[in-house]
Amino acid sequence: MSEFDVEIDSSGLNCPLPVLKARKALAAMSSGQRLQLIATDPGANKDIPAFCKMTGNPLVHNTEADGKLYFTIEKGEANG
Amino acid sequence: MARKMAIIASKGTLDAAYPPFLLASTAAALGFEAKIFFTFYGLQLLNKELDLKVSPLGNPAMPMPVPVPSIIQVLPGLQGFATWMMKRKLKKKGVASVEQLRQICMESGVEMIACQMTVDLFDFRHEDFIDGISTGGAATFLEFASEADITLYM
Repeated sequence: MSEFDVEIDSSGLNCPLPVLKARKALAAMSSGQRLQLIATDPGANKDIPAFCKMTGNPLVHNTEADGKLYFTIEKGEANG
Repeated sequence: MARKMAIIASKGTLDAAYPPFLLASTAAALGFEAKIFFTFYGLQLLNKELDLKVSPLGNPAMPMPVPVPSIIQVLPGLQGFATWMMKRKLKKKGVASVEQLRQICMESGVEMIACQMTVDLFDFRHEDFIDGISTGGAATFLEFASEADITLYM
């Protein structure tokens, strides 16, 4: 697990809620801070990287443990 | 400049309510400027109180716990049962409700436009619709769609 400032657990929630929760959390964070998003939706494996790429918030780490997906997203520059 | 997505929502059943609200809310999260143009039965999705239904009738692809012949599907209560079953399944699988996705759309700045012609055609009342929507016609949609990166008809 890598370091993070904010953690959001979207376990049990399905598409598109993990993405929407990540967006909401990142909007309240400042550049350089890191969000750890936990998800059980297998689609998140594709959706979270796509979200990160399109919004300019780098996905710095992702891993799977105990049937859950862990994404560490860094808040990028100049986006809400 | 932000990417743009234009959607026409023309259907008003529970299942058909998902794609426009789901994609528009996600598009907004991805930084798109998104607009949904509601026309014909899609106008039902703008009602303050949503009472959306789903029916297996005329939809042979709808999964049912047991096969239900079409002649049985016309019986009173079958549509209510199918709707109840679908809502229960959505909840169990952690899928957002239509109300929830619509709320996220509103909060994230998705613009919703009611088709004025079909509002008049079906005698819909603006006071029954949620606040914060606008009305427009074909040219309103096309003006935005002509600049959109993604245009979808649903």
